[in-house]
Amino acid sequence: MAAGTALGKGALGKGDVVETMRRRWMFRHPLVIRLAHWINVVCLAILLMSGLQIFNAHPALYWGAASTFDAPFVAITDDQRDDGSARGVTYVAGKSFDTTGWLGLSNYNGEATGRGFPSWATLPAHQDLATGRRWHFLFAWAFVINGLIYLLYGIGTGQLRRRIIPDGDQMRGLGSSIREHLTLHFPEGEEAKRYNVLQKLTYLVVVLGLLPLMLLTGLSMSPGVNAVVPLPDLFGGRQSARTIHFIVTNLLVLFVIVHVLLVLASGVWNNMRSMLTGWYVIERRKLPAGPEEIR
Amino acid sequence: MTRRLSIPTPHRRGFLTAAAGLLGVSALGSCDRFAVTPTGRQTLRLGEDANLYVQRLLLTPASLAKEFPDSDISPWFKPNGTIDPQDRDYKALAAKNFSDWRLRIDGLVETPQSFSLADLRALPARTQTTRHDCVEGWSAIGKWTGVPLAEVLKRAGLKPSARYVVFHCADTMEFTEADESENANPGMTARAEGEENQASDSKAAGAEAPDADAPKGTPIRYYESIDLTDAYHPQTILAYDLNGQALPVSNGAPLRLRVERQLGYKQAKYVLRIEVRDTLAGIGEGGGGYWEDRGYEWYAGI
Repeated sequence: MAAGTALGKGALGKGDVVETMRRRWMFRHPLVIRLAHWINVVCLAILLMSGLQIFNAHPALYWGAASTFDAPFVAITDDQRDDGSARGVTYVAGKSFDTTGWLGLSNYNGEATGRGFPSWATLPAHQDLATGRRWHFLFAWAFVINGLIYLLYGIGTGQLRRRIIPDGDQMRGLGSSIREHLTLHFPEGEEAKRYNVLQKLTYLVVVLGLLPLMLLTGLSMSPGVNAVVPLPDLFGGRQSARTIHFIVTNLLVLFVIVHVLLVLASGVWNNMRSMLTGWYVIERRKLPAGPEEIR
Repeated sequence: MTRRLSIPTPHRRGFLTAAAGLLGVSALGSCDRFAVTPTGRQTLRLGEDANLYVQRLLLTPASLAKEFPDSDISPWFKPNGTIDPQDRDYKALAAKNFSDWRLRIDGLVETPQSFSLADLRALPARTQTTRHDCVEGWSAIGKWTGVPLAEVLKRAGLKPSARYVVFHCADTMEFTEADESENANPGMTARAEGEENQASDSKAAGAEAPDADAPKGTPIRYYESIDLTDAYHPQTILAYDLNGQALPVSNGAPLRLRVERQLGYKQAKYVLRIEVRDTLAGIGEGGGGYWEDRGYEWYAGI
């Protein structure tokens, strides 16, 4: 049986397409992008958990330049009652929710403890703002340097454009792409060589929107940086910037959840292999019974 | 007849190597144990060093913190940390409306000085409406009036070896136990054991109503420090008025520091003495401030 090697211009990789008996392979993710991806995973995990630690030092959010203590936009508190019982209460835009066990009041070392986010979600686990800040700032640097390398490489090689800018025909096929996602049917073959339109648009929003927004709103909270660049003015004041920082965090967590679910749904091994080794199967073929040979 | 592998061998090897790397990532739980080792602490400080370096690069002596219109002044300027010092000496001063209070300036100065409140009010004044950013995350806007620190330092005259300005305050934060004096770094130990460690504004929440004169050990009173770059910054003032009124006790009466490009814990309240030094070693644990000695950044610009 014949199996050939075809080199064509791929959408994501250097264009290498390799045919084996049962599969067509594509070199989808160059080393720089794979490294950047996993370094980003580590950075975002630590930034999220240390960020929740920092948030817990004052678990309330406001709009404007200064805090409006009597009218927070979000506040997570524990409500100690006269009968000795307590519950976790979360206020959002004037509405209150009982979040006992999750927000406001949760178990720490077996004891119900008043804290914003529970200890399993924060770094360090115990209340320690100073160490949380150290984790946050160190990994903020790693995140920024990693992101810059990714962007420079992506722009230099054209990878970024291929990854996040939908082609014209894709925009016209937006509706069918939405249908594919809803029914969890994903393209194979030629169409699998490039990211689909929803994928591209999502990455576009995350890479050029949400992640830079995290950096800018983060820097807006620095009184030192403020004296050089009036960043908070972009967001309506320092407390607004802090609130947006928190909201965008939630959007990024949402993105990661959907991202991981779709990785699971669209072939976990193929996706994992491609982000670890670069090689992605774009087509699987049924073979007639018979002996196989190595190409 | 060889049955070919579904994954080409080099790919498989790469996959396994990378999978092993991923296991490292999943070890987030060990972060807490790493953070309390000497290497861990040093590694975590790298971010602080980078922050200080970049801020020093960007912040010129002329970069000013934003000043707000009076209409933006917060209706309530949240007092934090120590809000009512219980120290006997301080209470005696407060009882007489600080008429006996003096600010001392000594250390590496040509002429040590002593100022009464009236003396300070007679010096050139600056008024600035600025945003106070607490390390916890909240902000409040207040209008501060006071004497630029540079004016006070000019009158004392710095010696050539002067590098830092240290502020000694009236409020007791905690007491050292007699047996704790052997411990090189009690703050760090406390953190490693998971004790509550939360800085606030300029003062601790943990030191409620300490009586400095009760026999509980040596009182640790609040202390802070800045370098000469910040000491001579035009917005660095010793404030005696808040929003046009004499500074209330809860906000640091009769005199507090304002270093507007840094966080709240740098804004030392209840200042009694200004000491000019060539090093921060020998003050507290050597970190340059009460909270700095408990893990917070000395340069609190972020």
